[in-house]
Amino acid sequence: MLGDGILKGLAETARNFFGSYVSRDRLTTIQYPEQRDPQIEAARSFPFLVFDGADWQQGLRCVSCQICEKECPPKCIFIEKSKDKKPDAVGKPQFYPVRFDIDISVCMSCQICVEVCPFDAIKMDVDYDLSTDDRFGGLLLDRQRLAKSNEHYNKIHPTEAAAVDAALAEERAKAKAAAEAKASAAAKAATEAKAAAVANPAPAPQPAAGESQ
Amino acid sequence: MTQTLDQIFVLAKHWLLGFLPAAIQPFCSALLSVVAIILVFATLFAITTWLERKGLGRMQNRLGPNRVGPCGLLQPLADGIKSLTKEDIVPAAADHAVHFMAPVLLVAASFLGYAVLPIGRNMVLTNLNAGVLYFFAVGSLMELAVFMAGWSSRSKYSLLGAMRAIAQMISYEVPLVLASIVVILHTGSLSTVAIVDRQAVYTGIWPHWFVFTPWGLAGFVLFMVAATAESNRSPFDLPEGESEIIAGYYIEYSGFKFALFFLGEYIGMFATSAMAITLFLGGWAAPFSFLTWVPSYLWFFAKLLAIISAFIWVRGTLPRLRMDQLMNLAWQFMLPMTLINLLAAGVWQFMPAGVARWPVCAAIVAVPFLLLARGLKQKRKFQLRTYRFSQ
Amino acid sequence: MTASFTILAAITVAGMAAAMGLRNAVHCVLALTVGFAGIAALYLQLGAQFVGFTQVLVYVGAVAILAVFAIMMTQSRPSATPAPRAPLWAAGGAVAAAVFAVLAWAIHSNALSVQALPPQPEAAPSATVQQIGDALMHRFVLPLEIVGLLLTAALIGAVVIAMGRREEMK
Repeated sequence: MLGDGILKGLAETARNFFGSYVSRDRLTTIQYPEQRDPQIEAARSFPFLVFDGADWQQGLRCVSCQICEKECPPKCIFIEKSKDKKPDAVGKPQFYPVRFDIDISVCMSCQICVEVCPFDAIKMDVDYDLSTDDRFGGLLLDRQRLAKSNEHYNKIHPTEAAAVDAALAEERAKAKAAAEAKASAAAKAATEAKAAAVANPAPAPQPAAGESQ
Repeated sequence: MTQTLDQIFVLAKHWLLGFLPAAIQPFCSALLSVVAIILVFATLFAITTWLERKGLGRMQNRLGPNRVGPCGLLQPLADGIKSLTKEDIVPAAADHAVHFMAPVLLVAASFLGYAVLPIGRNMVLTNLNAGVLYFFAVGSLMELAVFMAGWSSRSKYSLLGAMRAIAQMISYEVPLVLASIVVILHTGSLSTVAIVDRQAVYTGIWPHWFVFTPWGLAGFVLFMVAATAESNRSPFDLPEGESEIIAGYYIEYSGFKFALFFLGEYIGMFATSAMAITLFLGGWAAPFSFLTWVPSYLWFFAKLLAIISAFIWVRGTLPRLRMDQLMNLAWQFMLPMTLINLLAAGVWQFMPAGVARWPVCAAIVAVPFLLLARGLKQKRKFQLRTYRFSQ
Repeated sequence: MTASFTILAAITVAGMAAAMGLRNAVHCVLALTVGFAGIAALYLQLGAQFVGFTQVLVYVGAVAILAVFAIMMTQSRPSATPAPRAPLWAAGGAVAAAVFAVLAWAIHSNALSVQALPPQPEAAPSATVQQIGDALMHRFVLPLEIVGLLLTAALIGAVVIAMGRREEMK
């Protein structure tokens, strides 16, 4: 009969209408600013700069190599390299960015800066409610707003951050061991150096690789 | 007491008019009624936008607006302030005078129909003796306003929307008028007051609403379908067609003029719904004789809200029609059915009162309906689409 | 000649004059609509509700829309043709004057207006609608049927013409 499909449809919407009052779990929407969906680990919005330790200015991993600035497709990164060197988190003197700006109104969240960074200094954030009433200043993030601690990174991308931390720790341990080996090799006599060579065969070529980086 | 409560607005008006000199009393009486009607139905418009958003939300398992005020009740107010404070943009190529007049004419035309709608016992602005005709005549003014809006904007979308709207409104005006003629045939009067008075009588507890007769039921359904199309409501909202022509004829309007279009559309919808109530659902008459103590205007607005809810329900259910489906429905289904319904009403009129005319009239309506439904269904074969110009 | 009649007549004449004078065809139709509405108002002023509302329904609601549609289907922009020349104006004016003269003579020689009937007490307009119906169904039933037949023939003719066009396209 003409119209029975319409009646069927009307019954369906009526069921939904009354059902939404009866059972709460029918309601699929969440009350956004108060409630938020848990984010999946792969979520990403805009880049941020990772720092180690407590002081963001000192702990910034970025050494101002400017690779990301050159690679950025929409050219939203602006870096000003420092003239001097400052000790980084582990105490090694490094260049650091005097200015590091990302214009997130231009950024297209492609993650290329993260891919090219050799120091694991820039990572993707998950913050998304970044709207502001100042569309020029408010969306141009400077060094301070970009700097976020490694703990934050660990919180938003646990697996990835753990891998990065492990790799960094290993690298640092190797560098430390190599430095120690070097120092001890220089200081100790040739007989003691022979014993050291037996103890550490593997890391011996490693410092060379580390220096070439 | 119930008498006073029923007539409270009429008495209040007379009391107020008592303070004025007799010379300007008729004028002030009309003015008071007009202001009251505009205020009441504009408020109803605000409530309806809220109801609609809430209802549609619930049908889609959402909450609907819930931020502004308790349960989002102040949402219409916020929307109003927003549209009032928005910039009013007129396209550079637009025909400025016509562009400005279109929304004004639309709202004016949509409010004109209320002059003959009996809202309660003794509550009608003017008891015109050609009231129903007047209603449809001012309804046709809306087409002109829609055309003016679509043409003056100088935008292809608005012109397309206006073309669609006019084609649709003209097509559905025919079944709309034909569906209401059965009532006029039965009452022998074009006066809305007389039509309601005919229905406000009871057999036992049952009212004499025309919807409770075979031709009345069919007429009511046909009238409502045509009214849905007349007021450009979903599933007949092709003139707006957000997904294809964005907003149709009012795409180039912004700010308050846009709100006026919105208002005009809803006011027009209320007017046609109120006409359906007047013609078929007994106007302000109570549904049972033992409920006549409830003030008549409350019944009217209860019925109006029920029909508005039905509109919202249908909007939440049905997808938009295609233009050819729309026209086919109008000319292949609605028009024959209204004519057959007219025949049924005529037979009812001339058969002796009794039980016999019920099955006869019901059969006159139902059998062609079933046949027509079957015929239309059989015709609907899926086939490879052919194109006239692109091949 | 009351004030309301003067105002309505002025509106009607102004609308009609604008319909002739305006350059944009759509503006002309809109002005014509104002004229139609003015005529409807004049009918209403005379107490002829049925005719007045039918005037609105048919002329404002249907004829104006139809005219607008026709204009939009045939031309997309305001035509750049110059205004008709003076001889045409003169010929048109002569025709208009002749028509006006004939109409005026017809109305003047009509018994009704000569007798100068006293204004009738407001007849109940419901009776007017009913009277129109009665007249159409009894006294004028043959003309009504003939007009109906004519309109049906026109309708079928229009459909046939439209169908023929489609056949050609195939």
